[in-house]
Amino acid sequence: MLTAILVMALGAVVLGAALGYAAVRFRVQGDPLVEKIDAVLPQTQCGQCGFPGCKPYAQAIAKGEADINQCPPGGEEGIRKLADLLGREVKPLSAEHGVEKPKAVAFIDEQICIGCTLCIQACPVDAIVGAAKQMHTVIAAQCTGCELCVPPCPVNCISMQPIVETVETWKWKYPIIEIKPAPARIS
Amino acid sequence: MRQLFDFNGGVKPDYHKDASVQRPIAVSPAPAFLVIPLHQSIGGTPRPLVAPGDHVLKGQRIGAADGNLSAAVHASTSGTVSAVEMRRMPHPSGLSALCVVIETDGKDEWGERQPFDYRNRPREETRDYLRDAGIVGLGGAVFPSHLKLAPGKQGSLDTLVINGAECEPFITCDDLLMRERAAGIVRGIRIMRELLAAHRVLIGIEDNKPQAIAAMQAAVSGSGESDMEIVAIPTRYPAGGAKQLIRVLTGIEVPHGKRSTDYGVQCFNVGTAYAIHEAIDLGQPLISRIVTVAGNVAAPRNYEVLLGTPMRAVMALAEPLPDTDRIIMGGPMMGVPMPGDEVPVVKATNCILAGSRKLFPPPPPEMPCIRCGECAKACPADLQPFELYWFARAKIFGKAQEYHLFDCIECGCCAYVCPSRIPLVDYYRFAKSEIWAREAEKEAADKAREHYEFRQQREEREKQEKAARLAAKTAAGREKAAVALASVTSAESATAAPAASPEEDAKKALIAAALARARAQQAQPANTTGLTPEQEAEIAAIEARRAAMREEIRKQARPHLPPDN
Amino acid sequence: MTNSPYLLKPASVQSIMLRVLAALLPGIAAYVWFFGAAILVQIALATVAALAAEALILKLRDKPVMLFLTDGSALVTAWLIALSLPPLVPWWLTVLAVAIAIIVAKHLYGGLGQNPFNPAMVAFALMIVAYPQLMSHWPLPGAATFTQQWQMIFHALAPETLDALTSATPLDALRTALHTQGTTASVASVLAGNGNIGQFAGRGWEWVAGGYLLGGLWMLQQRIITWHLPAAFLATLFALSGAASLADGAHHAGPLFHLFGGGAMLAAFFIITDPVSAATTPKGKLIFAAGIALITWIIRSFGAYPDGIAFGVLLMNIAVPLIDMYTQPAVFGHKKEDMPHE
Ligand code: SF4
Ligand code: SF4
Ligand code: SF4
Repeated sequence: MLTAILVMALGAVVLGAALGYAAVRFRVQGDPLVEKIDAVLPQTQCGQCGFPGCKPYAQAIAKGEADINQCPPGGEEGIRKLADLLGREVKPLSAEHGVEKPKAVAFIDEQICIGCTLCIQACPVDAIVGAAKQMHTVIAAQCTGCELCVPPCPVNCISMQPIVETVETWKWKYPIIEIKPAPARIS
Repeated sequence: MRQLFDFNGGVKPDYHKDASVQRPIAVSPAPAFLVIPLHQSIGGTPRPLVAPGDHVLKGQRIGAADGNLSAAVHASTSGTVSAVEMRRMPHPSGLSALCVVIETDGKDEWGERQPFDYRNRPREETRDYLRDAGIVGLGGAVFPSHLKLAPGKQGSLDTLVINGAECEPFITCDDLLMRERAAGIVRGIRIMRELLAAHRVLIGIEDNKPQAIAAMQAAVSGSGESDMEIVAIPTRYPAGGAKQLIRVLTGIEVPHGKRSTDYGVQCFNVGTAYAIHEAIDLGQPLISRIVTVAGNVAAPRNYEVLLGTPMRAVMALAEPLPDTDRIIMGGPMMGVPMPGDEVPVVKATNCILAGSRKLFPPPPPEMPCIRCGECAKACPADLQPFELYWFARAKIFGKAQEYHLFDCIECGCCAYVCPSRIPLVDYYRFAKSEIWAREAEKEAADKAREHYEFRQQREEREKQEKAARLAAKTAAGREKAAVALASVTSAESATAAPAASPEEDAKKALIAAALARARAQQAQPANTTGLTPEQEAEIAAIEARRAAMREEIRKQARPHLPPDN
Repeated sequence: MTNSPYLLKPASVQSIMLRVLAALLPGIAAYVWFFGAAILVQIALATVAALAAEALILKLRDKPVMLFLTDGSALVTAWLIALSLPPLVPWWLTVLAVAIAIIVAKHLYGGLGQNPFNPAMVAFALMIVAYPQLMSHWPLPGAATFTQQWQMIFHALAPETLDALTSATPLDALRTALHTQGTTASVASVLAGNGNIGQFAGRGWEWVAGGYLLGGLWMLQQRIITWHLPAAFLATLFALSGAASLADGAHHAGPLFHLFGGGAMLAAFFIITDPVSAATTPKGKLIFAAGIALITWIIRSFGAYPDGIAFGVLLMNIAVPLIDMYTQPAVFGHKKEDMPHE
């Protein structure tokens, strides 16, 4: 009887130790749900959702503290993806958080820039380069279009430029059944 | 007779090739203005080397390859650069890209031309030379040839396949090139063969081109090349697809996304071979190509056209019929519609096909897919096109990829046979570009996340450092004050000798604590010494990111021009 | 602006459907020759019913009526129903069957190209479940005049007369006899007492089946169908019935009887080849057709219904998505491993 209990206890201890070791050794870094939500968010880091970035918003969604329709850059598509991920209803973008806009990048008018570095401090993704009293410029490829650099500029030299379609980024359109072929365009 | 292999599927449309092979290749005259797009090959956009007002000679480099995955562009004739600006591209989008506009001077004055002694130069140099000569695949894919001219890991290549199949209806430019310039093609093949250290060469030509086969045969035997074999292959579209031709000649199937050199084969178009011959033996970069003008024209023919010539000018030579309502670049199976007739002939232009409602009647209305399987029978990539169609149409892109959407070569066989008249390939093009766009977006988001997290880390670290500095400063200040105070009090203590007040004791303790903290922090400076390997790796990664950032800034420095319309 | 390919093969759904109808003609001719013109009446009824139902539902669904009405798919469904039902069933049964096929089995599932079940077989199965009595009114060759047949279709003759003029199909008769007489009966004894037996299968029926076979071979030559479905179906049925009759000849009919005695030929070339509801990959087609043959043979040999083809088709229809997914052919340059699987 006693031996049986001892064996059981020993087994429990060994198993517990193994489990404990495994938990430490193979611990999942971070919260997978937050990661998954964050992966769906557009990473514009604009704060329009009411949180200081996409990750905090993801955490809030995961905790149930925020709704899924607060991210304007993600737009309808983003809400749909979140709804899919979380098994929730798709709902329209909440108007108080903003509206979906075409993608744009910030552009600094280098003639006007006074080199105050305020925009550098505002940019969440280090997309602006420059030094004090030097002209600043935006690395367009790195700019997420969050617009956070626009208000701090004391001389209003930052504007948002819509991203234009190029031959390389052009997309074939969804085929639609043509009712009437377009007229000839031969000059 | 060599044993040939077969590929599944394929179709036999009407070939319409006879009309344009009746007369020899003619030279299309230089127009008043050449519009030479800088971006004419797969890969990056070449940098413009000229500015408005510059005088250029024929063959002068006007765009330098952007990195190695790109090829240079050249002035097709002599003249004056009148602009470097956005012009409409020969692309279905109708969008514009940077072009060098040259006002030709009619003198057609060559710059310096020097044969390249590739035998006595390292292969690497020859490849760079070909890149700077702007040589790209002329079969239509315009992939920079120098990138394909490196032998695989084993240092040699089993089979060099030369593509003279030309399976697209209407197009005959390779046929005529082989008939008229076989010797030059064979020279070019010889050069490629040496660069690739290829054991054997197989030249595949569809058996509906007996004259081209005869001419090539004569050229091969005349050149004394051994192990170069002309193989007549059965005529069936798309036998001229690189993968299909390799399969027919060698039995090897090169999967999508794999380099064919890893399978011991490499495939080049006959036009590319000829261009390489011109570049190496004559020192002439790629400034012209043979273009078939066919379709709804009175006098279909092949022309040697300077790159940058407006399509309108070339078409006029073949007398388009009045009911012409569209221009197609390429053949009727895979060609793309042009946004207008002023767009220039580029390296990819193997054919200018004039269309009309009579020649290519608009398809009858699309019916639902009845899953008849005709498309699957016709698909040379062994796909199930109707499944791809279903997923593409429903925008279930993940599934489409699982069913190998990207193995589709867009040959159009499926749409050709579909009894329901579904524009199947349009759905695949749509799905592919949508998937590409999403991947690019995803990549950008990942990068943004990385930058954001990096910045967060940095801010955190800066905050800590600041706090530390601040603490150290206050600690130092208080210590000084304490010392001063101590001297005063000790002087005073001689007279008054009051015991240290409890208040002062507390202050001292505080100072001591701050001092200890500051020392501890000094002993462990934030990020210079005593780093773990992980931290070092992290720093290296950060440095790499910085380098990438610098690179991006450099790219940004390029002109940022709006489109013209 | 349309995109490439600009060249299109002159093929259309309509031309496929019309050729399928044409391929049915030899079988129909034999049918009329042996069993009278009643079948033509039924085909006409079914045609009218199908067109009316299709037009109605297209209108309701707000689809281009003329475009879909002329595609011929409704006609094929209608003719197959008429040819599957006994030719002497009352007119309303044919109309009902066709209406169910077009409205329920085809359009409620999304219309042309979307229906997971073979519409003709859905209708047939429902009819045989709902009206088993009427569904056994098969004509005896040469027994009734056209007038009598006409009366049967439109006025519902008195049951006595009916019984005199109709019979079960040889397949059905055999099965019933074997079931009711127990171990004493044998295939030979049952068939010997049945005046309905021809050279090697049912009298007349073997010729009708031959007509379908002829039409089917023509469709193969026309490349409207591939060999996979009919070959796998017929071969499996042949193998199963052959093995069974070899093992127990007294209680199992031979392969020829199975292939030519019932609707096997019609099924092999015209019913299971309905592309919309059949498997599409080459291997999948073989599995699909073999499965139908297996179910058919089991129902014919041991089940309660005279013929099992309809149930076989419907059951295998359910399995089609799975079959297709697991039998994706290897893509050019890819080995078998990276096929899509769930
Ligand atoms: S609103 Fe801005 S910060 Fe918030 S999740 Fe969307 S992109 Fe990120
Ligand atoms: S050919 Fe057309 S109708 Fe037939 S399966 Fe393919 S896509 Fe569907
Ligand atoms: S276009 Fe794509 S799917 Fe269609 S036949 Fe060609 S390779 Fe197959």
